[in-house]
Amino acid sequence: MNERVEIQNSLTNKLVELFELEADEIQLDSRLYEDLDLDSIDAVDLLSQLKQDTGMVVDPERAKTIRTVGDVVDMLVELDI
Amino acid sequence: MGGISPLGSDWQTVRHHLKTNKSAVKTISQWEDIEGLNATVGAPVSNFEIPSSWPRRQRRSMGRVSAMSVMATHLALSQAGLLDDPILNSGRAGISYGSSSGSFDSYDELADFYANRTTRKFTSNSYIKVMPHTSAAAIGIFFGITGRIIPSSTACTSGSLAIGMAYENIASGKQDVMIAGGADELHELTVAVFDTLMATSTRNDAPSTTPRPFDQDRDGLVVGEGACTFVLESLDHAMNRDAVVLGEIIGFATNSDGRHLTRPSGKTVTDVMKLALQDAEIQSNDVGYVSAHGTATEIGDVVESVSTFEVFGGSVPISSLKSYMGHTMGACGALEAWMSIQMLKEGWVAPTLNLDNVDAECAPLNYVREKPLPLKTKYFINNNFAFGGVNTSIVFAV
Repeated sequence: MNERVEIQNSLTNKLVELFELEADEIQLDSRLYEDLDLDSIDAVDLLSQLKQDTGMVVDPERAKTIRTVGDVVDMLVELDI
Repeated sequence: MGGISPLGSDWQTVRHHLKTNKSAVKTISQWEDIEGLNATVGAPVSNFEIPSSWPRRQRRSMGRVSAMSVMATHLALSQAGLLDDPILNSGRAGISYGSSSGSFDSYDELADFYANRTTRKFTSNSYIKVMPHTSAAAIGIFFGITGRIIPSSTACTSGSLAIGMAYENIASGKQDVMIAGGADELHELTVAVFDTLMATSTRNDAPSTTPRPFDQDRDGLVVGEGACTFVLESLDHAMNRDAVVLGEIIGFATNSDGRHLTRPSGKTVTDVMKLALQDAEIQSNDVGYVSAHGTATEIGDVVESVSTFEVFGGSVPISSLKSYMGHTMGACGALEAWMSIQMLKEGWVAPTLNLDNVDAECAPLNYVREKPLPLKTKYFINNNFAFGGVNTSIVFAV
């Protein structure tokens, strides 16, 4: 659980830094497109940044299923980053 | 018209520099550690940053070159009273805009690919920022323009060719309004390109004495940067909305040398000026001022002056604004035209700085020197030449 919270916090910081969002508007159930006003280009950049930071390898098909902040956290947990 | 230049980004500031013989060339000490680079003088646009007030989605795809292009276009559209005008998204307004290349900001991301065989530094915008039409695309998206996009990525004629293409698109009735111009950002890579060709000035300790167009002691060009946008519209469109007409493009020509990539050819340079006069349907003695390309390279200045003499003789006043702001590359054709229009509307032209002794190899033209020259004329010509042997001449009426 601690690991999950840590991942969520670091993801929140990343979203704030990359997309000029306010930390308190980023919740696990926030939808990236509808609630946070990101688009496909932002999603690519988010993954690209996570790849650079963690060295993770993302399966494009897996990435396409992501809808919410929680989905990203799940993916990072799965990848054991 | 709107310009971002080393001399300033509004006419009053630019005018002050030109009236007081004040050069914008500076020593750039940050380049001194680059192995093999000889030139450490340049002409930067000071105080330009991408405004944080612009929407994030607009900013994320912009490098310095496209941001300056958008800023110049904002100035131009504001002056024209066409910001948010329905014409912009009617399909009848297009964009003709160019730069030597895209922004250098993301070369680092691309270089990592080659150096380390990895895509890890790639972002969605790595290519968008370096692509040749990055400025045209950024302008289109920023202002919601839906007509033609015609990018001109022809190095030093990017801006002038873009203006010419815009003029022809309006003249042919394909578009009513065109956003036209050019830009380039100052980057040490550009300096290295010209340095390698031994075309840069190395008067590193005396920046205000270089470049020296047409002078016997010239030692090459100085790289500058900037952006400049013209809002061109058909006469009907301008009259229907009671627009204030700042000037008129009455002739344009472009051709190419077909001989050598970097060494200009006298014959085609002469031809392009004659063709522009034919297109304008005026005689050479109708032209009252020549805004020269005048880069201060050894061969370029000789060829240009001889061709200018062949077409115009030795009495028409000529000067090179590069002597104040260096070679702004893709921006130069547009910036020089903007400043020339402004000067001639006020009845004067600026001298070529640092032209102390005209080179004996250069033709005996009426070089404006030392101080501004009061001048009343209706017509002037703006000449530019680029790598690849691309030549352009535009005839303006003011």
